[in-house]
Amino acid sequence: MAEKNMVEAIHDAMFEEMKRDDRIIVMGEDVGEGGVFRATDGFVAEFGEERCMDTPLAESCIVGAAIGASLNGIIPIAEIQFADFSHPAFDQLVSEAARLHYRSNGTWSCPIVVRTPYGSGIHGGPYHSQSIEAFYAHVPGLKVICVASPYDAKGLLKSAIRDPNPVVFLEHKKAYRAFRQEIPDGDYTIPIGQAETKREGSDISLITYGMMTHHSLKAAETLEQEDGTSVEVIDLRTVSPWDKERVLGSVKKTGKALIVYEDNITGGFGAEVAATIAQDAFDYLDGPVTRVASPDVPISPYSGILEEYILPNPEKIAEAIRKLAAY
Amino acid sequence: MVSVKEITGAEGLSRDQLLDLYYKMLLARTVGQRERMLNRMGKGPFAVTGEGHEALQVGTAYPLKPGHDWIVPYYRDIGVALTIGQTPLDLLLAHLSREGDISSGGRNMPSHFSDPRLHIVSGSAPVATHFPHAAGIALASKLRGLDELSVCYTGDGGTSTGDCHEAMNFAGVHKLPVIFVIENNQYAISVHVRKQFAVEDISIRAEGYGFPGVTVDGNDVLAVYAAMKEAVDRARRGDGATLIEGKTYRLVPHTSDDDDRRYRSREEVEEWTGKDPLVRYRNWLKENDVADEAKLDSLHEHAAREVDEATEQAEKAPTPKPESALDHVLVEERLAG
Amino acid sequence: MAITKEAIKTFGLTEEQLLEMHYKMLLARAVSVRQRVLQRMGKGPMTFSGEGHEAVQVGTAFALRPGRDWVFGYYRDVAVALTVGMTPVEILRGFFARRDDISSGGRNMPSHFSHPDLRIVSGSAPIATQIPHAVGAALAAKLRKLDEISVAYFGDGATSTGDWHESMNFAGVHKLPMVFVCEFNGYAISVPWRKQAAIENVAVRAAGYGFPGVTLNGNDVLEVYGAMTEAVQRARSGEGPTLIEAKTYRLQPHSSDDDDRRYRTREEVEQWAQKDPIVVFAMSLHELGVLDDKSEQELNDRVNREVDEATDKVEQESTPEPESALRHVFVEGGASNG
Repeated sequence: MAEKNMVEAIHDAMFEEMKRDDRIIVMGEDVGEGGVFRATDGFVAEFGEERCMDTPLAESCIVGAAIGASLNGIIPIAEIQFADFSHPAFDQLVSEAARLHYRSNGTWSCPIVVRTPYGSGIHGGPYHSQSIEAFYAHVPGLKVICVASPYDAKGLLKSAIRDPNPVVFLEHKKAYRAFRQEIPDGDYTIPIGQAETKREGSDISLITYGMMTHHSLKAAETLEQEDGTSVEVIDLRTVSPWDKERVLGSVKKTGKALIVYEDNITGGFGAEVAATIAQDAFDYLDGPVTRVASPDVPISPYSGILEEYILPNPEKIAEAIRKLAAY
Repeated sequence: MVSVKEITGAEGLSRDQLLDLYYKMLLARTVGQRERMLNRMGKGPFAVTGEGHEALQVGTAYPLKPGHDWIVPYYRDIGVALTIGQTPLDLLLAHLSREGDISSGGRNMPSHFSDPRLHIVSGSAPVATHFPHAAGIALASKLRGLDELSVCYTGDGGTSTGDCHEAMNFAGVHKLPVIFVIENNQYAISVHVRKQFAVEDISIRAEGYGFPGVTVDGNDVLAVYAAMKEAVDRARRGDGATLIEGKTYRLVPHTSDDDDRRYRSREEVEEWTGKDPLVRYRNWLKENDVADEAKLDSLHEHAAREVDEATEQAEKAPTPKPESALDHVLVEERLAG
Repeated sequence: MAITKEAIKTFGLTEEQLLEMHYKMLLARAVSVRQRVLQRMGKGPMTFSGEGHEAVQVGTAFALRPGRDWVFGYYRDVAVALTVGMTPVEILRGFFARRDDISSGGRNMPSHFSHPDLRIVSGSAPIATQIPHAVGAALAAKLRKLDEISVAYFGDGATSTGDWHESMNFAGVHKLPMVFVCEFNGYAISVPWRKQAAIENVAVRAAGYGFPGVTLNGNDVLEVYGAMTEAVQRARSGEGPTLIEAKTYRLQPHSSDDDDRRYRTREEVEQWAQKDPIVVFAMSLHELGVLDDKSEQELNDRVNREVDEATDKVEQESTPEPESALRHVFVEGGASNG
């Protein structure tokens, strides 16, 4: 076992996979010098410039070329420098990667991973802070993962690389260096689509993902100590396909559901979770299915004052828990 | 002193104008250095500046008509913003994300210049997304029979984007009054130009769009000015677009979050520091008797004072009200007319 | 170009091969015509004709190694598909949206050719999105040190897109083993070339990406073939990409939903019909003594018979099971791609 932060875990996942299987390459802007977050540090020395490839500044072609290479025996990991820069590649992801297998009636597939740092809270301003999971979770044919913990990141990235389907792998950048965690030596994977109960509880089911997992755990701790309220915190980890079974099982136990996500509230992925709970766990509910999310304002303004005002944090989550607990 | 009209290479500029060019370059350098210092002191979380690019930025901005022509810059363009008429205070209010920041009220990152009075258009961070905007502004100008040009700027990396191509092609087809300026400093963060494109001079691509392209020494402010003036005249005459590629070098890392030792040698940086456009122009001014050492030093003092005063003011300026984060998602009033 | 026996020798083509080329052009024409007729009869909602493009498509595809080289075409490429080895049955299955349609099982629009064994890769409708894929396949071939090239086919409109530009640039930087083929027919649906770009020949752009570009008479199948063999040779020997711009004309509207009288004159269409690549080639083959009236008639009869038989066969075939609409969202077993 060794203690790693999340970017180290991601680095290790790719490094180990690339050693294991020489079909795997990583391609993107600045990956050669190690990447702006150091996720590919030392890769050129180990694997050479062909397998850790600096591309021109061209997101649509980065993803499109990854698709093409995956048709011809390569397993590409395409790095998009920031999720906010992925939009030119939206067409390639939605029209092409998501639809290739379906439109060809199962004869072609594109085993690519598109990984990118996402999320707010680091004074990134409107173009280094966006959440993009809702766009892609909405599209059949893509898998979407959101990680904010080192252990989850390594296990899920390995699964994503090994998955024959296109996977959008979102790494919360605030979590890159904020935490260290014990990680087993050697190979391990976490199944895509499996959520994790990060804290057991009996009064409220709090469903979340990304950096909000950490904020929610803090809020849950506060409520336990101050109010004696017992909050169960479930980290989805995979946003699409999501672990309905675990979530519904929890809500049936507690009777109250709070969904916390960093993205804008309207149409954010948590809205899908809320709708499912309202429909499939209706008989078990003792209170309204409630969401805590950012207001519908471009995420996020650069000024720390404005950014803080917008984003959910442990205090705002705790307040929502209290309100629901009292219902 | 020799009359300015007799100085070769003065491009028809008066003594005052030649010194103004120098002062703007100096101011850009000083503001950039100040932002870096404030960042290192922990006062502003992020700094992206343009040390090394001053000749290219000031030289291209100088022939334009502020508040009339439209400027669509990118995040390195401190020299452009100051030449068009922004002040050190404007830039520092943005750097410290103060309420009075004209570019965004603290919402956008610093160096995302915007000033409606000066027709500097607010931009984002994704590279070259503003190129189609510049083409569109020029289209409107043409449709409305105005003689307003638009000018957009990006780095060598920006030329690889789909947006750059689509904008240039569009400008070519419609013979638009837009000037595309490429600040080729040989690096897109860490990616060297030989991994960015397979040609030496990116300006040759202009031929593929049906308008002229020119490569110029981006560290020679008068050569830049001359090339830009020609492009401006072309556009105003109705002859359409031009692509100007200025070869230059970024003397500092990409941003305050970049460690450039990872991808370029100190020797290379030293070599280009020896070609500092500010020093080069200062020497030209002295050699051509436009100004002496004392005069030039006084300009340095003036710039330092201006930036000190601006810093003081900016540091005292109020921060945005938290609830203002909710404003301006949508336009609240109906459009006029 | 005057076709002489000497010219043929330089291309290294036998009489048999010349006849094969002619046959493919005739077959492509017949398949296009048949689909138009069927569509007007209400038997299928949609068709895209390739009529007029036969020389470009057959001339280029003939230089490839089916099942080895990678083909990334677009919806007008019926003659490419047939030359690489798809059959009229397979193509008509796409038109009729049959269950056994190799391209898509009836899921994609017709003329969105796909055949894994032939390495014709399934495409979409948005323009030029297939070009980065061609780049990727070539990149993979280079990394894996395989003797394979990839070809991207597209129209003149595609050259305005970001995807085209980014692909050309990427291929130039990495000196990829591929060919870019522009089937320049002067129209992107109704938009004429002068509204698409401010230059005459797209090929001049290649220099901006660091590789050669060549403009051809796209209605001369041998001129096309000659240029393509050169480009293929360059790619195979590691010298990198080439842009081939073949000037041709679309004799029919963009699709069955398009009324081209709204944007071009009958005179213009007629002028180009006089330069019909099939007629021109047939005349040359007559002059060479490779074809005579009798053998030409036989060839035409054979083609018509083939298309008739294919139509009859496919019309009888099953449509997809409704529930099959839910399958193949994700890969169910291991990766596909043969």
